[in-house]
Amino acid sequence: MSNIPEGLRYTETHEWIKDLGNGEYMMGLTFYAQEQMGEIVMVEFPGIQDFTSGDILGTLEAVKTAEDFYAPFNCKVARVNDGLEDEPALINESSYEKGWLIVVKTDDPSGFAGLKSAEEYSEFIGE
Amino acid sequence: MDKKTALHDKHVDLGGRMESFAGYIMPIKYTSVKEEHNAVRSGVGIFDLSHMGEFRVKGKDASKFLDYLLTNDSEVELGKAYYSAMCYPDGGIVDDLIVYRIANDEYLIIVNASNIEKDWAWVNNHTAGYSIDLTNESDETALIAIQGPDAEKVTQKLTDEKLSEIGYYAHASGVFAGKKALIARTGYTGEDGFEIYIKFEDAEAVWDAIMEAGEEFGIKPVGLGARDTLRLEVGYLLYGNDMDHTTTPMEARLGWVVKLKTDKEFIGREVMARQKEEKPARYIVGLEVLGKGFPRQGAELFEGNRKVGVVTSGSLAPALGHGVCLAFIEKGFHKKGTELEAEVRGKRISVKTVKLPFYKDGSRK
Repeated sequence: MSNIPEGLRYTETHEWIKDLGNGEYMMGLTFYAQEQMGEIVMVEFPGIQDFTSGDILGTLEAVKTAEDFYAPFNCKVARVNDGLEDEPALINESSYEKGWLIVVKTDDPSGFAGLKSAEEYSEFIGE
Repeated sequence: MDKKTALHDKHVDLGGRMESFAGYIMPIKYTSVKEEHNAVRSGVGIFDLSHMGEFRVKGKDASKFLDYLLTNDSEVELGKAYYSAMCYPDGGIVDDLIVYRIANDEYLIIVNASNIEKDWAWVNNHTAGYSIDLTNESDETALIAIQGPDAEKVTQKLTDEKLSEIGYYAHASGVFAGKKALIARTGYTGEDGFEIYIKFEDAEAVWDAIMEAGEEFGIKPVGLGARDTLRLEVGYLLYGNDMDHTTTPMEARLGWVVKLKTDKEFIGREVMARQKEEKPARYIVGLEVLGKGFPRQGAELFEGNRKVGVVTSGSLAPALGHGVCLAFIEKGFHKKGTELEAEVRGKRISVKTVKLPFYKDGSRK
């Protein structure tokens, strides 16, 4: 059984999104996805700031595989988790806390509201 | 159905992530690849390598037989070992292997797990006319490696053999942790270390003894994940990735294990002699990634729009903090310092050919 906290929103590309208020949203990789990927050894963040829903925000390199992560809605990058530079495995060890990836900003809350609930994500990954 | 090594239950108890590899169920990692990698670079690690295959060649023609079968010269001193390729007549590599000379007329050959059956058939196909006995001891033999700058201190606690007198690529037959063993100063990590060959039924006791002896040095069990990053960081080739039946020793830069300087006949000699003369059309080279990320096996390499090569192994080098690859590169683009681009998921990343090894501070003797 995966760890899927209530109160977060989820994407079909396995990001979790948390509403921080003031139009800021924190993103990370779900516990399920980090488990599938295995040990993450490098994180690459975007060089640009403005994204359209579905754009590649960055890349996660695991020992065996690499996966991109995506903008869940139109947004700007507010800040990234610098701690992952030295310790990318935080994504494995603490996927919903210390292993967060990026904080984005948007004026339009409808994108967030349209994402999956914990229950819907759980169903999506077949658990 | 995958085979289990004698140490399977130990790995499970240690929390090893067990996966299928070359017909065996093997530990890929216990904690993290990076941690295990670093333990071997800075201290000491223990590996179960019992999936590797062991063939014994014994008899009055053993040396002559191996000279014909393998590219390297079998006439090493007793107690020494040599690395060699075994080739098809067209020069393609059947396998790469280590050979220990046990006695004048006795050798132990270590082959890759994925090639045990193929190699056994190949070796047996060439015995006609030689007075030798061949035995496949793979299922009865366990192999435990102790690798890292502290490896000698740990290993010496468990044997009366004077390890300081066993040089790199040398070995001794003796008692280790109370069991009959072949103790060899060989490895695949770029660090000093030993490989201990023991009987299947002795493996658990020997593993426990090493773990206990290594406790004061912070010994860590190391899985196949870190074994791969360790070997790649020092530029060691992996059969199946960086060479196979379609590549020759000359292309794989293994010309140093091909005995063209002798007049001995061996399988593939003609092709290798010609390639040495004419130079191969492609070479294995080391590539350092200049930016972030890293290309993986299969990534194509370009100079401008021209495809000039393909990555055969690629990973983040944990001790260096950037990506490194081995790749086959077309002659002319293989020289040190050549800047190329690798295509990774539709993007180009810059790489540069460099001299191997990538990691130069290993404790290997």
